[in-house]
Amino acid sequence: MKARLILENGAVFEGEAFGYLDTQVGEVVFNTGMTGYQEVLTDPSYCGQIIVMTYPLIGNYGINLDDFESNSIKAKGLIVREKCAFSSNFRSEFELEQFLKHNKVLGIEGIDTRALTRMIRSRGTMRGIITTEDLSETEISSYIEDYSSKGVVYAVCTKTIERYNGLTTSSDEQHKKVALIDYGAKKNILRELLKRNCDVTIYPAWTSADEILKDQPDLVFLSNGPGNPEDLAPEIEEIKKLIGVKPIVGICLGHQLIALASEGETEKLKFGHRGCNHPVKDIGKNRVYITSQNHGYCVTKLPKDFEVTHVNVNDGSVEGMRHTLLPVFSVQFHPEASPGPRESDYLFDEFIAYAE
Amino acid sequence: MPLNKQIKKVLVIGSGPIVIGQAAEFDYSGTQACQALREEGVEVVLINSNPATIMTDKEIADKIYIEPITLDYVIKVIEKEKPDSLLAGMGGQTALNMALELSEKGLLDHYNVKLIGTKIEGIKQGEDRALFKEMMLRIGEPMIQSEIVTDVLSGVNFAAQIGYPVIVRPAYTLGGTGGGIADDEVSLKAIIVSGLSNSPVGQVLIEKSIKGWKEVEYEVMRDANGNRISVCNMENFDPVGIHTGDSIVVAPSQTLSDKDYQMLRTSALNIIEAIGIEGGCNVQFALNPESFEYAVIEINPRVSRSSALASKATGYPIAKVAAKIALGYGLDEIKNAVTGVTYACFEPSLDYVVVKIPKWPFEKFFKAERTLGTKMMATGEIMAIGTNFEAAFLKGIRSLELGQYHLKHKKFMKLPLTQLKALVMKADDERIFALAELIRREYRLEQINAITGIDPWFLDKLKWIIDQETHIESLKLEQISSDMLRKLKRKGFSDKGIGDLIGISPEEVYDYRISLGIRAVFHMVDTCAGEFEAVSPYYYSSYETIDEVTVSNRDKIIVLGSGPIRIGQGIEFDYASVHCVNSLKRLGYETIIINSNPETVSTDFSIADKLYFEPLTEEDVLNVIEKENPIGVVLQFGGQTAIKLAKFLSERHIKIIGTDFEQIDLCEDREKFDAFLESVNVNRPTGKGVMSVKEGINIGRELGLPVLVRPSYVLGGQGMKICSNLIELEDYLVDAFIKDKKNPVLIDKYIVGKELEVDAITDGKNVLIPGIMEHIERAGIHSGDSMTVFPPQTVSDNMKQIIVETTETIALRLGVMGMINIQYIECEGILYVIEVNPRASRTVPYISKVSGVPIVDLATKVSLGMSLETLGYGTGLYAQPDLIAVKVPVFSTHKLPDVEISLGPEMKSTGEVLGIGRTYAEALYKGFIAAKNAPDIEKSSRKPVVLMTLNDEDKSSISEEDLPDTFDYCATRGTGVVLLSHGVTAIRVRKIGNEAPNLLDLITNGDIDLIVNTPTHGDDTKSDGFIMRRAASERNIPVFTSIDTYRAWNYASKIITSSSETDIYNMK
Repeated sequence: MKARLILENGAVFEGEAFGYLDTQVGEVVFNTGMTGYQEVLTDPSYCGQIIVMTYPLIGNYGINLDDFESNSIKAKGLIVREKCAFSSNFRSEFELEQFLKHNKVLGIEGIDTRALTRMIRSRGTMRGIITTEDLSETEISSYIEDYSSKGVVYAVCTKTIERYNGLTTSSDEQHKKVALIDYGAKKNILRELLKRNCDVTIYPAWTSADEILKDQPDLVFLSNGPGNPEDLAPEIEEIKKLIGVKPIVGICLGHQLIALASEGETEKLKFGHRGCNHPVKDIGKNRVYITSQNHGYCVTKLPKDFEVTHVNVNDGSVEGMRHTLLPVFSVQFHPEASPGPRESDYLFDEFIAYAE
Repeated sequence: MPLNKQIKKVLVIGSGPIVIGQAAEFDYSGTQACQALREEGVEVVLINSNPATIMTDKEIADKIYIEPITLDYVIKVIEKEKPDSLLAGMGGQTALNMALELSEKGLLDHYNVKLIGTKIEGIKQGEDRALFKEMMLRIGEPMIQSEIVTDVLSGVNFAAQIGYPVIVRPAYTLGGTGGGIADDEVSLKAIIVSGLSNSPVGQVLIEKSIKGWKEVEYEVMRDANGNRISVCNMENFDPVGIHTGDSIVVAPSQTLSDKDYQMLRTSALNIIEAIGIEGGCNVQFALNPESFEYAVIEINPRVSRSSALASKATGYPIAKVAAKIALGYGLDEIKNAVTGVTYACFEPSLDYVVVKIPKWPFEKFFKAERTLGTKMMATGEIMAIGTNFEAAFLKGIRSLELGQYHLKHKKFMKLPLTQLKALVMKADDERIFALAELIRREYRLEQINAITGIDPWFLDKLKWIIDQETHIESLKLEQISSDMLRKLKRKGFSDKGIGDLIGISPEEVYDYRISLGIRAVFHMVDTCAGEFEAVSPYYYSSYETIDEVTVSNRDKIIVLGSGPIRIGQGIEFDYASVHCVNSLKRLGYETIIINSNPETVSTDFSIADKLYFEPLTEEDVLNVIEKENPIGVVLQFGGQTAIKLAKFLSERHIKIIGTDFEQIDLCEDREKFDAFLESVNVNRPTGKGVMSVKEGINIGRELGLPVLVRPSYVLGGQGMKICSNLIELEDYLVDAFIKDKKNPVLIDKYIVGKELEVDAITDGKNVLIPGIMEHIERAGIHSGDSMTVFPPQTVSDNMKQIIVETTETIALRLGVMGMINIQYIECEGILYVIEVNPRASRTVPYISKVSGVPIVDLATKVSLGMSLETLGYGTGLYAQPDLIAVKVPVFSTHKLPDVEISLGPEMKSTGEVLGIGRTYAEALYKGFIAAKNAPDIEKSSRKPVVLMTLNDEDKSSISEEDLPDTFDYCATRGTGVVLLSHGVTAIRVRKIGNEAPNLLDLITNGDIDLIVNTPTHGDDTKSDGFIMRRAASERNIPVFTSIDTYRAWNYASKIITSSSETDIYNMK
């Protein structure tokens, strides 16, 4: 069945529908990772977005039950040049198509994804509709106008407090208590913390500072998540209450929220950073690491008393910052990888070193 | 870290002659490295014995030594030039081994030369199997169960412990020479013996076979700061067990999940950190397809064939970046040349699929054992880029120039299933077509996976192609809908492929396609999947929607490259293509290269203004022409690959710059050519084209034997043979007409004489002859395989005059514009023409370098209408150079089982070296040393032992002069008697099969230093001579199969006994 992507600039890309037949509106973004489509689809940070994979063959190694970053697809749609109907990998348990269908997500294949990527690159991120229906002009504009990324964090974060114990059960003093505030956390953040013997409590995004402090965590960890950080004013207020009280670290959205809570500023990037090949320099180590990235916003004004710890080698944007006096440290990229290079997982050790 | 200012003068060691396993990729990387060094103001001193390279051009380095890459000569260069640093990671195994030798002998310290790039310790750790294993153990990287042995018994014992099959890998050899897979003790013993003798350190690794595991490679880089990146990963279509150089390879990996991918990437980066790589490195893994279990196979701590492939596949210039790292730069300080805005410290992201397919020499060596294994046998490779696997794969298949435009191969259509299955299991060069046929007959894919280990993902893609082929066959053209045709084109089907399947011409498919508005578009290879705006002028075609090429309004000229490297069409043609581009650029034209070979300089995107990485077929070339609308296309530098397109272009009224199709056809059509020679009164050996066996026998009788027979339309003497009796002639003709009924077989009187050759340039009015080359061996040996001296040593002035006049007559009367190559025979004062090629030949690079005439530049200019008289090099025969140059061919026959070593009219060599001297003897001496194909008397600890077995003709011509008392002699009975008649007592050797010690025992025991064996017949794998020659070749014992080669060596070694009596010459 034919399906179309209609962008807010009027451009239309036609391809073949697969997965769940539907109409959805979302922000159309591209990801340049050559592997990792399963992690990308289930990454809560993609909530509200329609993902274009620049690598042309998607689905080659199928879908397995181990590589989820959340328990379902969070993206609104998937656009590929060619989906693979016959996967091959020892862990493949589902084909991509069926996985999309049962998650009620529309995929479109047969799109010139390079043409689309170039358009997004030059025009910036746009809203778009994916549909198998014939929509009228007015339907199209009402869909586009109705789109908002507000509330995406609440849609994807945990609704209840969840508690996990570190992987080794021996009751040595290694166990740190980490309060992970979930704005759409990827599962691998939890896995990395547990691997390092942290006892992790996951709180919904809206949890008050008081409630968190009641549990007496050694470290507050602000997770990644979707959307515009400026939309999270109440959460920012709670973070303000935690700064200087507890050590705070953050990844991606968590990093942006720390900036906003400390009078820094964030801005939307033209088309974001999404992929597995972004070079980031760790200024302290004077080393460049290839990182996994997924963000549409970035910190453009460093808060007072903060210093830049990491910088993007390509565009010079802030990739990490640290308070010069207080125990506050965050990075824009994803040291938890999944997908992408694992070489910055040393940062989890640095995060945990902040724990009291 | 920024530039290390202490590095001022760097010695770069090249890779020497082209052999299997070490080909043009090192000219590409070496050239890139030299340029990168000079960009930084560093003085570059180069040593490379291979003259057919761009890197030995005067524009590339400050000092150029075309000298043997041996310790003696490298030291001579160091003493003369006093470099402060050595860059050894660009010249393949040859350069790396040289650096190790220099270091181990303490010579780097002695001469105060610092090795830049990866340090000696790192190289050793990467290259020495024991040290490497120890290191892997230390950092916790898994390896395959294995043990290093230095004798047969330990190997056998270890194999008994781990169980068969086992793989044997000799240490420090390129392309795995001397290795193999052993299924039992008997075969293991044989392989260990060969491996030990091939390994310069006498070590082999015995390892557990992991046949069926996936083979995955990572091209990684590290700088001195410890920044590390993975440039590209690649998945082999063929699982472990077939050398990666003989595998179809796909980039990026297709069947690896992110977890698999990152697991191996992390491992590769950990390894180069532990080893301390400063530059590029290749890491090969075996991955169990059923689990996360993996094993490190090996690493190459230098640039390699794989890194050249990765560079072309991604647009990331690994060699250039490696050179900058060697100078002290960090990856984050080097600009990404493709985007111009980002840095070299990132990992390319591909939004296309790349397929590499090897090109094997079995068209030439059809009697060779073609089974693929752990020893590399391919001479070259092609790369193809597509927006999906099928497109890249089908482009790749047609780039191989096998005449295959789809997967249906005549040879396999009639074979029974059992035979097909056997062929698929055995894996040879044509396996892919047998595999396709098996799939066509609906053999279960799962079972193919079980018997071959090829991943089901690839098999499924092949099946889709084959299903479409079957469907197309049932259709008429007009039944193919626009949607279907577009889909087929997107998936890489060619017009010719579709046409062949329907039974119509490609033109009909083309016309239909154009009527439907289906045209190719071009995309950019930009290293970043479109994320950043790129400036790289590097393109490939697809049938997607957008076209990213901006066509300028400048005058454009397309230069066609020469495709994959094969015997007879090697790196020389890439040299010529690149020079043509440079010349055109200087003349102000926009230059466009089309080529399909990833190993070459021409496919470096910084060479031409635009690079189209495409197959060199009619359709693919036309796509580019239609896009760019050039003022013309240059064919004469791209070898036969480009020349073959002349007819098509001419029919399409596309301007060929230089010699036109009619003239090309005149040279290649035997009857027209004969008539032409007659009309200009030039002699040629009498002969005729025949269309049947009977006719051929009659002509043979008429001409008198021996005769030279060959098919028409040839390059590199394909299928050529000298028949000395009617039975041989009949056998040849029967075989030839089975292979090709439509084209005539040419039979010529075989004239034994002095072979001479010229490369000339003509503007239609005048002719410039940069030089006359004299072959050292008499006629009958292919010009590519004979030693050649320039300027000629035994040609009279009168004969030179005749050659000049004849060359002028032929060039001008033929109407050639640009390059012409003519081969002559001088016999009893008469000059005969044997071949005319209206294009650049393989001798162009070396003649350019020795004569100082920029041949390609001049040929390009005259092709565009400039007059020779205005170009500053005059006309007629150019002044003789002061130096004498001897070209010596280099063979890879020891890497190809069951290939005949003895020389004949069929070309066998893969590369060449040049010996340069003030005297003929000096040039000869250095040529032999550089080619490593004669005994090194200087290094010999005993009086060299020469084994002689001569044919009757040579027996009668041999004299005392040929038998100096500086050697000891062994001989078979007949030859021994002749030697005795000249007062030389030779040790009598028993023939093979007789009681020990017989001929074979002497060779095996290393009692012989040189074999002079002039055979009566070649190619008979059962003959004693054949067995003896193979045995010698496998043990690296030099064999001369022409008495002329022996005489040349004998002459040189009488005059020069040590390298200290020779000098070195800066060719700049």
